[in-house]
Amino acid sequence: MSPELINLIVQATFESLYMVGIAALLGTAFGLPLGVFLATSRKGELFAAPTVNRVLGIVVNATRSTPFIILVVAIIPFTRLIAGTSIGSTAAIVPLTIASAPFIARLVEAAIREVDGGLIETASSFGASPMQIVFKVLIPEALPGLLLALTLAVVSLLGYSAMVGAVGGGGLGDLGIRYGYQRFMPEMMLAVVVVLIALVQLVQSAGDYLARRVNRRLRQH
Amino acid sequence: MKAVSMNAHPLLVIGEPVEIRGAAPAESQAMVRFENISKTYPAYRGKPGVNALQGIDFAIARGSITGVIGRSGAGKSSLVRLINGLEKPSTGRVVVDSKDISALTGRDLRLAQRSIGMIFQHFNLLSSRTAANNIALPLEIAGWSKADIKGRVTELLNLVGIADKHDRYPSELSGGQKQRVGIARALATRPSVLLSDEATSALDPQTTRAILDLLANINRELGVTIVLITHEMSVVRQLAKEVVVLDAGHVVESGHVADIFTHPKHPITQSFLAEVTGDSLPVSLASRIVQEQGGHAVIRVQVRGAGAGDTLIARLARELGLDVSLLSARIDEIGGQHVGSLVLGIPLGDSCDEAAATRTLAWLSQYQFSAERLGYVA
Repeated sequence: MSPELINLIVQATFESLYMVGIAALLGTAFGLPLGVFLATSRKGELFAAPTVNRVLGIVVNATRSTPFIILVVAIIPFTRLIAGTSIGSTAAIVPLTIASAPFIARLVEAAIREVDGGLIETASSFGASPMQIVFKVLIPEALPGLLLALTLAVVSLLGYSAMVGAVGGGGLGDLGIRYGYQRFMPEMMLAVVVVLIALVQLVQSAGDYLARRVNRRLRQH
Repeated sequence: MKAVSMNAHPLLVIGEPVEIRGAAPAESQAMVRFENISKTYPAYRGKPGVNALQGIDFAIARGSITGVIGRSGAGKSSLVRLINGLEKPSTGRVVVDSKDISALTGRDLRLAQRSIGMIFQHFNLLSSRTAANNIALPLEIAGWSKADIKGRVTELLNLVGIADKHDRYPSELSGGQKQRVGIARALATRPSVLLSDEATSALDPQTTRAILDLLANINRELGVTIVLITHEMSVVRQLAKEVVVLDAGHVVESGHVADIFTHPKHPITQSFLAEVTGDSLPVSLASRIVQEQGGHAVIRVQVRGAGAGDTLIARLARELGLDVSLLSARIDEIGGQHVGSLVLGIPLGDSCDEAAATRTLAWLSQYQFSAERLGYVA
């Protein structure tokens, strides 16, 4: 493979990491609070607001059931409003964030719901405010689950990022389609797939390692 | 395990527990007072409403150890959750340490809750925090400084006898050690009341005894009022001075442990007592008892009160001239009083003369023993 092609792969890898990294950060910034709220706002819960809970649930489901490639195209005006342009890696971060936030929210919700309800009652019984319960009980206790959720989100984002070539987002997926498929360069396709597999493995291993490290539930000696 | 004495608590009256005798204690003596409480859970999603508590009206004396005993579903959990303000009564009010906790909300309630500690059946420790950091949690919530927390946590770990477990996570501790952490955490903010919700139900008998001893020490040394919610008679017997018997949302009996259990009136109280006194006969004996007259009349004598049964058999034998045999006996101590029962065999002689049995029953009732004839054995 020529140095120019290798250069293209390196550049595309950085584009992918840039898009996925920023989208994961922003997706978590929106998804984490949303997930915590979804997990604590049903009737009788910490921030009980059943109607808001139901409405948000519907919005989250709607976003999640929209195929990503359609989402990317459908929100082009919004993307332009936020990023100033609708093409390029930076613009692609907008749909990636919008797709990942509800996904992360559902994973966070599931992780938070795993926390033993007795702990919420315990903290309430010694006078913790709802916010103190979230930050001192729910999030620390759910941390292993949250880290695994984030890992899963990053891996899915890597998959999504392959589609943003449609709006000139660049990245590994785009490279694979344009060179590997449209220009009949199977070695390019193979290289892209290998890099993606390596990235996913790396992210997953790192996530598993961190989740295991913070998990004190089963640690015996 | 040695409890380390701590600085005197400004809110606490140190010394002998104040006792309830006869009438309800005066306002200043009551740590917790239920005033005409009822608690109804409304119907929800097709499930009918539940009257969890009705007509609850009693007080828990400052510095006392009070057991609240009842079967599951009797309303114990509702009662304890009313004390720490996790639930509001449907009617009436709950006064804790002279504050109407049932009227408090938001920040005022959270402040009041800091003077009420609670320990749980399943310990409810945070798995992500070490023993020390679990104990620190209520202090962090109360806004203590890092340095103050550090000192207080060390003090508490010593108090509950697990100073060496400072950096251990709950998954590395035994049940008894976890409950010690739970107790230290509950005492962290120097509460005036400690609520124990079935705190020993998940522990083996030996560990239960150690935890109950620790609670007794804490009551003695710190003067903390302890409310024990339990379905286990043995817990009340070992630790409580006062007892409240709950059944189907009502208080059916309350008073000194010794008084209640030497003269149980309500069937539910009697059934709890039977767990200790073993009113059910040993199988080998029960199978031998018949209703046709035979060699020995079987008489069960209830023993209630200090030293009540001590010389019973000897006196019976001497005064009535009978070769009384002891078929079964179980006597335990509750609140310094003996409670239990003796099952005696009264020989009827060759003629199967009923007179010996009749005379024995008369003699027993003369000395205020409650006795009944169960039948005969050969």
